Amino acid sequence: MSGAGAATADVIIIGGGIHGCSSALHCRLRGLDVVLIEKDHVGRHASGVNAGGVRQLARDIAEIPLSVHSMDIWHRIEELVDDDCGFTNEGQVLVAETQAELALLKKRMRDLRAKGFTHEELIDAAELHRLVPAVAESCPGGVVSRRDGAAIPFRATQAFRRKAEALGAVIRDGERVMEIRREGTSWAVFTDRAKYVAPKVINAAGAWADRIAAMLGEPVPLEVIAPMLMITGRMPAFIKPVVILRGRKLSFKQFDNGTVLIGGGHRGVPLRDENITVLDWAKLAVSARTVADVFPIMRTAHILRAWAGIEARMPDEIPVFGASGTSEGVYHQFGFSAHGFQLGPGAGSVMSELVATGHTNMPIHALRIERFRENAVARSSEDME
Amino acid sequence: MFRRLPEATGAPIPFTFDGREMVGRRGDTVAAALLAAGISVCRTMAVSGAPRGPYCMMGVCFDCLVTIDGAANRQGCLVLLVEGMRIKTQAGAPQAQAEEGAT
Amino acid sequence: MKTIAAIEAFADRYDLAIVGAGPAGLAAASLAVAHGVDVVVLDENASPGGQIYRAVTSTPMTRREILGEDYWRGVELVQEFSGSASSYAPSTTVWNVARGLDGDSLGRDFEIGVSLRGKARLLRAKEVILATGAQERPFPIPGWTLPGVMTAGAAQIALKSSGLVPDGHLVLAGTGPLLYLVAAQLIEAGASIRALLDTTPRANWMSALTATPGFLASPYLAKGLALLRMVHRRLDVVGGITALRAEGQKRLNRVAFERAGRRTELDCDLLLLHQGIVPSINLSNAIGCAHDWDDVQLAFRPQVDAWFASTVQGVAIAGDSAGIAGGESAAARGRIAALGAAFRLERIGAGQRDRDAAPLRAELALLARGRRFLDVFHRPAKAFRVPSDDATLVCRCEEVSAKTIRETVMLGACGPNQMKAFTRCGMGPCQGRLCGLTVTEMITDARAVSPAEVGYYRLRPPVKPVTLAEIAALPQTADAEKAVAR
Repeated sequence: MSGAGAATADVIIIGGGIHGCSSALHCRLRGLDVVLIEKDHVGRHASGVNAGGVRQLARDIAEIPLSVHSMDIWHRIEELVDDDCGFTNEGQVLVAETQAELALLKKRMRDLRAKGFTHEELIDAAELHRLVPAVAESCPGGVVSRRDGAAIPFRATQAFRRKAEALGAVIRDGERVMEIRREGTSWAVFTDRAKYVAPKVINAAGAWADRIAAMLGEPVPLEVIAPMLMITGRMPAFIKPVVILRGRKLSFKQFDNGTVLIGGGHRGVPLRDENITVLDWAKLAVSARTVADVFPIMRTAHILRAWAGIEARMPDEIPVFGASGTSEGVYHQFGFSAHGFQLGPGAGSVMSELVATGHTNMPIHALRIERFRENAVARSSEDME
Repeated sequence: MFRRLPEATGAPIPFTFDGREMVGRRGDTVAAALLAAGISVCRTMAVSGAPRGPYCMMGVCFDCLVTIDGAANRQGCLVLLVEGMRIKTQAGAPQAQAEEGAT
Repeated sequence: MKTIAAIEAFADRYDLAIVGAGPAGLAAASLAVAHGVDVVVLDENASPGGQIYRAVTSTPMTRREILGEDYWRGVELVQEFSGSASSYAPSTTVWNVARGLDGDSLGRDFEIGVSLRGKARLLRAKEVILATGAQERPFPIPGWTLPGVMTAGAAQIALKSSGLVPDGHLVLAGTGPLLYLVAAQLIEAGASIRALLDTTPRANWMSALTATPGFLASPYLAKGLALLRMVHRRLDVVGGITALRAEGQKRLNRVAFERAGRRTELDCDLLLLHQGIVPSINLSNAIGCAHDWDDVQLAFRPQVDAWFASTVQGVAIAGDSAGIAGGESAAARGRIAALGAAFRLERIGAGQRDRDAAPLRAELALLARGRRFLDVFHRPAKAFRVPSDDATLVCRCEEVSAKTIRETVMLGACGPNQMKAFTRCGMGPCQGRLCGLTVTEMITDARAVSPAEVGYYRLRPPVKPVTLAEIAALPQTADAEKAVAR
């Protein structure tokens, strides 16, 4: 195939999740010509089927600045994408089930304050039961992040897509990237249908991003995971904030319509080449038991659906975000390790700044892709000693 | 709405619906016993509050959902009537906790 | 037959699990057991027979002529099954079928989630036959959710299992052989029917006759004509109905209909609707079997091969759940599926499998003659599949109106799954059983594309709701215990 007939753009984005769509929108807002390539359809995987938590709460310190920036955007999401994305701001609460867990939360709080972060707030048993009356009485306290909340994932991802398209981004559903090649100072991206050429490429391919990175000679240790979720039929309203546990795997959210979403990280088995996941009911049973312990009111709830998305997890559970270590003009935005939905709006904003200007003041050094190579080198030199 | 044919002579099975005493026959499902007793509404909807009654009688439509002995969300057309069952109208979203000591 | 009455009575694993105890499931079980296959039949109803032979061995109905000889044919199937060595779990809900996991990777066996008397359990089986039968096609007209509006099939079930006949002002409406069969049975049972409002489009006569001259040689012809004559003689059949509306405040008290542009109303206590039956595909869809759109039967049906094996290895689909062909065909299809399973389980060789299947295939071919006539003749009108009245509820569970569905298509929801995310249609307890086809056809209509392109809901397990307490009480595996510690 020659260059003739190839579509050209300023930036090619690979992956139509909330990250790809947010970057597409923000790049358009900076006047860049955008082509986004999605192998299935926008929001088909993790971005469309995750739990919808919009939280700064309990994040790794390395990603907190990005999360705080993203939270500011969530609070004015309708101005940005012309759709409220179902965003509600009822807060998120991290529950300690024991005094030992509470002690760990107190220690974290001191660390956060020392670094200047104020979004998390320690609460005692009385405030915990005021915020979450249905929680088991034995829980001694927790942490609240009051600006947090939840949104509707598929709707939010679609809203970013629609706005990006309305502003002129070209979105190609159902096209798979087969090869990426350097052509002069540009990148040529070959799909199963066409060729696209641009000086900049953003790899936002989620659970498939390691394959894109490998095409660029930059292998990463990405694990494909399938976090499972369950949703119940309508229940009487009994809980406002999103609740997560400090010790056991559980996230818990009741929607306005009464249905309750139960997640928290128990994993099924992803078959990414077949685009499917297999649920592990024995582990869902563990989730169900945790819910029954913490919220006795839920024992008679009916489970209507269970599912799992296909997501990327990095070994250190924080994303890969920033410029490629090997390929000029390539940027990575993946590996959000099952907590990337909230980061979507902010990460797209910072990514567009990187692509357009080459730098950002956002502290993202800890998220660079080179950390895996450096770690590997460091480990092997330790072995030699 | 329905009457029972004379040949339907199964053993009588007493039960209550919203506290009223009624009698079904052996072999009845809960939904059939309610229809035979002249009950056409057994639940109200969570969204609009509209009344509903049995529609398909084969476990497909979920419009015959009732509370049976304290357990909400039971499909009346799939549950065989048992003597002494306490059946209640399911109002809107089911109450989360078993009422009056589920058995 | 070994009846399983408590969840603890199940074995951990079986060679073959059959879902459904209608003609396909019963026939498949009896045949597979005869070849030494260890079989469990899982059925939601309290007694064997499925819907067509519902309660055939326990019905209070003693006057055989009311339900007709075709019904009593089921006795033989049930007796054969009862005399077999199969395990039989009545009143058992199957809420999931999927490949099981061995540790963190996919195993070879299927894992089957079942509930019985409020307790759940996960069983294993090497092979699965889905014999989940059919359900009545959604009939979305204004007021179809009012108490007092039921399906014709529902009235037939009440008659078969409890000896109940409608009382008061009764109207039947719709199209399809079952509508006329139910009318005849209710007349025999002494019900007084005010009218049968026939919605069969006039043009269907012509297309059916030209499409299928073979009908004259079909076994359905004589039976069908006798039924039609009887119903026409005994009650007021009003043909050419183009619009229907169930009216009333808290319950039905009137049905309004249009015919040749004229509106008529009838006082009515019970309206029985019916416009054909469609395959029950919730389980096969959730398992991931591929489905095709059948443009004659206007429904999705799973792709199956000559042994009724689906596109998912180890899962066969027999009976009407593989495409509507009727109860007698269902038994033959069940037997063929069982031969396929017995072969894959290495209980019989290819030679015996093929020999034993030959007469069954001949029987199927015979039964298939004239089937197409019925499908084409009773093809329901678009007006009753794609509701034009804005207020008509499409999704009964979440109470989503036709107006909302249409507007949401305009907003860009190009398929049923997007529609779910935007409107919650199909997300209630019935899991789309009563709105799925309507939503597909409404999107098809609005976008002027084919139903095959629009597709159906992607269904998630559990395919029937199960309580959190039941899930929580599932027995533990060592891997899950590890997951907690992790």
